[in-house]
Amino acid sequence: MDMTQAILLTIMTAATPLLLAAIGELVVERSGVLNLGVEGMMIMGAVAAFAIAQLTGSAGLGAIGGLVAGALFSLLFGFLTLTLVANQVATGLALTILGLGLSGMIGEAFIGLPGLKLAAIPIPFLSEIPFIGRLLFNQDPIFYTSIIAVIGVNWFLFKSRAGLRLRAIGDSHTSAHALGVKVVRTRYLAVMFGGACTGLAGAHLSIVYTPQWVENMTAGRGWIALALVVFASWRPSRVLAGAYLFGAVSIGQLHAQALGLGIPSQFLSALPYLATIAVLVIISLNRRMTLINTPASLGKSFVPER
Amino acid sequence: MQDQQTDTPLLETRGLTKLFGSLRACDAIDLAIAPGEVHALLGENGAGKSTLVKMLFGVLDPSGGEILWKGQPVRIGSPGEARATGVGMVFQHFSLFEALTVAENIALALDGNVPIDRISEEARRLSLEYGLPLDPSAHVADLSVGERQRIEIVRALLQNPELIILDEPTSVLTPQEADKLFETLAKLKAEGRSVLYISHRLEEVQRICDRATVLRHGKVTGACDPRQETPSSLARMMVGGEVAEISGAGLGEPGEVLIEINKLSAPSRSPFAVALKDIDLSVRAGEVVAIAGVAGNGQSELFDVLSGEDRVGDPDAIRIRGQAVGRKGISERRLMGCGFVPEERHGHAAVTEMPLTANLVLSRHASDRSAFLSGGPLGLINTGAVSTAAKRICEVMDVRKSGEDPAAGSLSGGNLQKFIVGRELDRQPVVLVVNQPTWGVDAGAASRIRQALIDLAKSGSAVVVISQDLDEVFEIASRIAVINEGRLSAPEPAVSMTRERIGLLMGGFHDGTGHAHAEAIDAH
Amino acid sequence: MRIELKKRENMSSLFSILSPFIALGLTLVAGIILFLSLGKDPVSALYSFFIEPLTEVWSLHELAIKAAPLILIAVGLSVCYRSNNWNIGAEGQFIIGAMAGSVLPVVFHGWESPLVLPLMLIFAMIGGAAYAAIPAFLKARLNTNEILTSLMLVYVAQLLLDWTVRGPWRNPEGFNFPETRNFADSAVLPRIIETGKTHWGFGFALIAAIVLWFVMRRTLKGFEITVLGQSARAGRFAGFSDKKMVYFAFLLSGALAGLAGISEVSGAIGQLRPVISPGYGFTAIIVAFLGRLNPLGIVAAGLILALTYLGGEAAQISIGITDKVTRLFQGLLLFFVLGCDTLIHYRIRLVFGAAQKGSAA
Repeated sequence: MDMTQAILLTIMTAATPLLLAAIGELVVERSGVLNLGVEGMMIMGAVAAFAIAQLTGSAGLGAIGGLVAGALFSLLFGFLTLTLVANQVATGLALTILGLGLSGMIGEAFIGLPGLKLAAIPIPFLSEIPFIGRLLFNQDPIFYTSIIAVIGVNWFLFKSRAGLRLRAIGDSHTSAHALGVKVVRTRYLAVMFGGACTGLAGAHLSIVYTPQWVENMTAGRGWIALALVVFASWRPSRVLAGAYLFGAVSIGQLHAQALGLGIPSQFLSALPYLATIAVLVIISLNRRMTLINTPASLGKSFVPER
Repeated sequence: MQDQQTDTPLLETRGLTKLFGSLRACDAIDLAIAPGEVHALLGENGAGKSTLVKMLFGVLDPSGGEILWKGQPVRIGSPGEARATGVGMVFQHFSLFEALTVAENIALALDGNVPIDRISEEARRLSLEYGLPLDPSAHVADLSVGERQRIEIVRALLQNPELIILDEPTSVLTPQEADKLFETLAKLKAEGRSVLYISHRLEEVQRICDRATVLRHGKVTGACDPRQETPSSLARMMVGGEVAEISGAGLGEPGEVLIEINKLSAPSRSPFAVALKDIDLSVRAGEVVAIAGVAGNGQSELFDVLSGEDRVGDPDAIRIRGQAVGRKGISERRLMGCGFVPEERHGHAAVTEMPLTANLVLSRHASDRSAFLSGGPLGLINTGAVSTAAKRICEVMDVRKSGEDPAAGSLSGGNLQKFIVGRELDRQPVVLVVNQPTWGVDAGAASRIRQALIDLAKSGSAVVVISQDLDEVFEIASRIAVINEGRLSAPEPAVSMTRERIGLLMGGFHDGTGHAHAEAIDAH
Repeated sequence: MRIELKKRENMSSLFSILSPFIALGLTLVAGIILFLSLGKDPVSALYSFFIEPLTEVWSLHELAIKAAPLILIAVGLSVCYRSNNWNIGAEGQFIIGAMAGSVLPVVFHGWESPLVLPLMLIFAMIGGAAYAAIPAFLKARLNTNEILTSLMLVYVAQLLLDWTVRGPWRNPEGFNFPETRNFADSAVLPRIIETGKTHWGFGFALIAAIVLWFVMRRTLKGFEITVLGQSARAGRFAGFSDKKMVYFAFLLSGALAGLAGISEVSGAIGQLRPVISPGYGFTAIIVAFLGRLNPLGIVAAGLILALTYLGGEAAQISIGITDKVTRLFQGLLLFFVLGCDTLIHYRIRLVFGAAQKGSAA
């Protein structure tokens, strides 16, 4: 494997959790719900995946465990914001704080243990293709899931009737309700989908990226994923581009640190966060685009009139 | 006369009742609609029309009584069941999605999974057939209010209903657009369909309806042939006793110019707002100038520019009592003696969750600093003075509320509007600008507010009223102008204005111009 | 079975007061379940957690020391959240403020004067406010989401502190430990009373709470903050500027967070280290909500949350539970607070059976 291939591989590994979390949150926000608890769901997915992998001896079960953990955890958010109509911003923050705390507690028993790595599954024939075969078709299942998720979400949102209904809810939940669309039920499903994707993203961190458990190992990726959704103007194809861009930035600064360029490591580590701010500013500059693309009922409380 | 034995009504209600707690929103309503009949449902705001119709469309469950369809009792449990039975409905407040296309909007209202292309084609065909042209690929956000209503109507027609319910359809149309709608209704009637036409506009009802049922406080107060009645007999059925006649409009000699707009052009503040173009207006002491126009033609933008919530570049573009105020904010304009009443009661004129006293401070803290605030730079709020003033306003305007100082959101529309208008009148403002003074307000409160506006003008103030309600405009204005696509027509004396002329001005000034989109569609 | 909500016409004042207590109660119940599942006796566990730290005087001082930054930051956050400005970066403003306030004792360590301490406090407040001005500017000018920008800046601040303490500000006489020199006595925030460790940071917290409570309750500025948070449009109608409020809220909370930072560093630690906060900036968010965004309520809430920090340490020693339980309790508490707040705005009904449309209120 040559140098370019190696670098591209690391970029893809760095981008996958961002992509998964962002595509999940994109669906949630398209339905009009703002879930800021992505960081919390991701870390819960990470700890659940690691713990289950350790306890069962199977990284595959760990991955599924991470997915389920994320979905269940997101239900807490759903219950508070969709049934009890609590403030979405505050509840999302609460979810993150709770997730960081709970995962720290659960993970304590697993600190320092050597992790199980999820094995790559090569796709016959396609993985033989020179250069891209190794990159695209000889990867772990979570990577494949991330790509399928992007394609699937794109089809769902823009080519299916159910996706149209979801976008309608995001545009105006009062109008959707008046037309008989099941607003709360659809939003619950969207929130759980987002939770599942994010949980799986977290699993990727603890059983593929660095097969290990470290407290707070998400290091802000959940927040970056949220920024990615805004950056992508809520469109799946742009989420893909954004995630890989960020993957490149994260890897770039790691390599720069390794190269010993004389730039303090802390400055390089700060790059992804600064890049996130830059990206948000760039998107904000085009006010018209933001106004047109933002789901109009994002973050607003919905109480069905009966 | 129809033979009663052989003609079963298409839809009939017997003793239909709806309770909300102890409130009888609908009380034993008997209604009968024959096939091929245009039936009016008359009543003012709060009479129970919307509740009745929601039961017919399956949005609410009746508490008592029964509904019969073609002579058989039915239970309509949901809008889907209503549609399946043969009832279609066009609500007053549209359920549309701005970011989606016309075809997608229609698809969402249909049951089943018909592909969007088929829906597109059907919609285009239907819309042309009924004289309501639509472009299925257009985004709703780009359409005018009249065009949006067409989507709602086409949505309903696609289900092939035998009864179509229309809730206040002409409140958002120009007189010419309304005429077009009436042609569509005539075609429906010719096809043997029935129409239940909800309105409080007596002239229209007399023009197009075969029969009318009048509601008041949830009960049926009359069932008649509107063509045999006079407007005042219908009004009496709707409102009970006499509503106070407005007196004194347009009398007296106007004095000096108190507020004027000079050649004002302002770009639109957001992609969906209307740009103001070349506005000229001057209003004198003692007169009420009404600005008529259909919603969405720049009324809010004009109001914001008059109030100072939106400042303009040229200070001379707006002058109050001769002073250039274009760059000055709303507090400074209030200090010069102006009062403002915006269109939206909740979340603009008042904060819904806050009590009335707080909402009093909201608009009067700058102008009444010496009375309501103390402590110099600290700005301590003088709760005693504020309470006294709030009580005074509620007494003068007869505001009905529960408790001493309830949240604004707990008042009915009419009472809150009385408070909001009274809040400004309490100051005897030299200039008052009001946007939609009686929208969604019951007749009693509406007449009180309109009289208060006239009285204010008589006492020497300049009053600007922006209103979509032509009846109101003719009732109170000394001069009338029309706003259309951000342009203002030259105001003319009310006595010489006709509805037809206003209608033409609403639709654009000359035959060549007017809504470009509508022209392109009409050209199909 | 379904839960149905019906909006109240007037906010329930009964539940406004009860809801934090109900939330606390629920947290305690959750705690009992948690301890049982960990195989510990719930009663003694709750005792070590919530009662034990209150039994000794020195422990009460520790309580005040921990509560001070929480209250100070949360009071600033309450102004932000009430005006709909979601400042999540208080942790970063805390750090930058601490660094700004430490310039004198670290870089100009030779200068001894009664002016040093007041100047440190002022620099800290300016530093915190300036750091908070970044997300404020981005929001006011470009409408950029302030939650994400203020949060990203937290990571940046942490990295900046780490680099500074390990690099240019490292104590030359410190055997290469990653920490600055110790502050001279004239740069240390004094104690309030001789017999206990509580430093003046607690005093600042109480003063800030009282002042801001008065402002919010009785003055036009407080009215402006509340109105702009409830409805920006109504605020504009009143002549208030929501853009100016963004700056006001962020700069105020940044300054208070900065003050908390230097108080902690100068009063409790005595030097700068790579980590100077166990997440005060985030816990303060919980304090703000538990105190219902009311500065006086925040004083009580700050003491309660400080108690959970001490309780975690105490429980670790006496019954061997990990101190990570603290974080968990705090997160649960916020969750319950938000859930119980629903009762203030809505009436809740449990509905059994099929949905009845438009049923009696």
